[in-house]
Amino acid sequence: MRDRGPNGGDGEPRAAIEVNDLTVAYRDQPVLWDIDLTVPPGVLMAIVGPNGAGKTTLIKAILGLVKPAAGHVLVFGRPYLEQRSLVAYVPQRGSVDWDFPTSVLDVVMMGRYGALGWIRRPGREERERALNALDMVDLTDLADRQISQLSGGQQQRVFLARALVQDASIYLMDEPFQGVDAKTERAIVEVLTRLKDGGHTVVCVHHALQTVPEYFDWAAILNVRRIASGPVGEVFTEDNLRLAYGGRLPFLRSGTEG
Amino acid sequence: MISGILYDLLFDYTLRTVAVGAAALGAVSGALGSFAVLRRQSLLGDAISHAALPGIALAFLLTGSRATLVLVLGAALAGWVGTLVVMAVVRWSRIPEDAALGIVLSVFFGAGLVILTFVQRDPSAAQAGLDTFLFGQAATLLERDVAVILGLGAVAVAATVLFWKEFKILSFDPQFGRSMGIPMLRVDMILTTALVIAIVIGLQTVGVVLMSAMVVAPAAAARQWTDRLGTMVFLAAFFGAVAGTVGALVSATAVRVPTGPTIVLVVSALVLGSLLFAPERGLVAAWRREVRNRSRLRTEAVLLDLHALAGQHEDGSHPHEIGALEAMGHHPGGAEETLRHLRKRGYVSERDPGHWVLTEAGRERAGRILRDRGGVP
Repeated sequence: MRDRGPNGGDGEPRAAIEVNDLTVAYRDQPVLWDIDLTVPPGVLMAIVGPNGAGKTTLIKAILGLVKPAAGHVLVFGRPYLEQRSLVAYVPQRGSVDWDFPTSVLDVVMMGRYGALGWIRRPGREERERALNALDMVDLTDLADRQISQLSGGQQQRVFLARALVQDASIYLMDEPFQGVDAKTERAIVEVLTRLKDGGHTVVCVHHALQTVPEYFDWAAILNVRRIASGPVGEVFTEDNLRLAYGGRLPFLRSGTEG
Repeated sequence: MISGILYDLLFDYTLRTVAVGAAALGAVSGALGSFAVLRRQSLLGDAISHAALPGIALAFLLTGSRATLVLVLGAALAGWVGTLVVMAVVRWSRIPEDAALGIVLSVFFGAGLVILTFVQRDPSAAQAGLDTFLFGQAATLLERDVAVILGLGAVAVAATVLFWKEFKILSFDPQFGRSMGIPMLRVDMILTTALVIAIVIGLQTVGVVLMSAMVVAPAAAARQWTDRLGTMVFLAAFFGAVAGTVGALVSATAVRVPTGPTIVLVVSALVLGSLLFAPERGLVAAWRREVRNRSRLRTEAVLLDLHALAGQHEDGSHPHEIGALEAMGHHPGGAEETLRHLRKRGYVSERDPGHWVLTEAGRERAGRILRDRGGVP
């Protein structure tokens, strides 16, 4: 994987992702309220917050999958639509039907569909890349397996591999550790670390608070509003967490999305 | 009768036309229906076909023509409008999709029936046969109808081949597709248009009431036999073609019934057979797996208990009464039948009536089972 574009022309490291004044509402309910967030290049960042804090919505808003009521998102200083090829996405495992008639290798190759463009089919090169990615997540043996026969952890690693073949600079992951076995958790952490070491930026929606300091070096704490963001050592404090999880502040109302 | 049909098929020009048309429309609707089924949009096919009826009636009313292409285009337009109404209702109201589909289906169908009744009050010869669009009549297929079916069907199939990867990602994970910059709405439009085409070319033969069966049933049957999208679409096309041909021929020759029902009966038989007999997903296969599993667990329980009983004795070859075995409580329904089964395989022998002991092979087998389960032999 190449290291691409994290630096601006002026030599100053530009933010990998910059979220400005982002507000998202479902019907009349604000899910995200006036979020400002800067993700520096090369960090391994956890987004934490209680259920309904808008974590998934934040990821989807960055990807342009939900339309914000206000605000905008910049990727390496430019609008997301222009920078799409620099961003890879790992959706929640439960967002698709795993009984779909297709194989592991096929799903992983889907990560190349965007780069291929209309009509062109994946060929030998896409196959090679997909096999490489499967090797990285330790699933080579299952390449031809029907996807309904996978365990939850294997499904998660397939999605991770699909994002890896996107060959991006920024990886947005929605709860990659959700309901996975210990082996998968180790495999994912290893891949995340490798991505970071290669200069990539990784942002994960994350649920297990106790592993945040161990796995991540950067964190954002969210509950509809941004509570705090920055280096884990600075922001991952009891005060901030209590602000997000504990006694709810009167102006906060939780949305419906996790 | 069958040899008669085969004879006619070879030498009767009309019947051959019917067969070709029915096979083509079955194949196209089967192929496109696969995507509808995988996207859990089976009801959409029903809504589109019913929504097409007012289009057919209006096309006739406005142009006064009964030309296939005119009627089919009217049907396609109305089917498309029906789909758009469903999308709009889901998007702008709080009515869920299944309710929106139901509403559009019945409103459009009702409007279609009203217009059709109005048209038929005019006794000009031209409108004769318009009501065959309700339940379908393969016997009315003429060469020019078949030409329309083949032409438009080819367009739908070409779209499927061309946009194969786009259709696949739309069906599996459209959000991910969008995140990569694939315009999923446009892909959806193309797929829906192809589906509308697949449906309207079948209306004259199958009828608006039952056409949705040709969208759903071949795909549902095909899914049973394979875990690959390509194979599934191909197989669904094949099933659709078989059902279309057989149903149309039966209806057009021997029995004077509308074609829709006969086609649906044939395709239902294919579905039933697939549900029951498919190798992996079929009910019979599942049932046999279950029986095998249960009998394996039963024999293992008996072997292990005999093994345990033998362990309590200094003399390992001391036979045990069947009552002692059953008292261990692992053998609902008794152990005798299982013991006889095990004797046939040489794992146990009966010393005195009702007294059983493990053979050498039985002891080995029990040891292996224990090891496999992580116990100590």
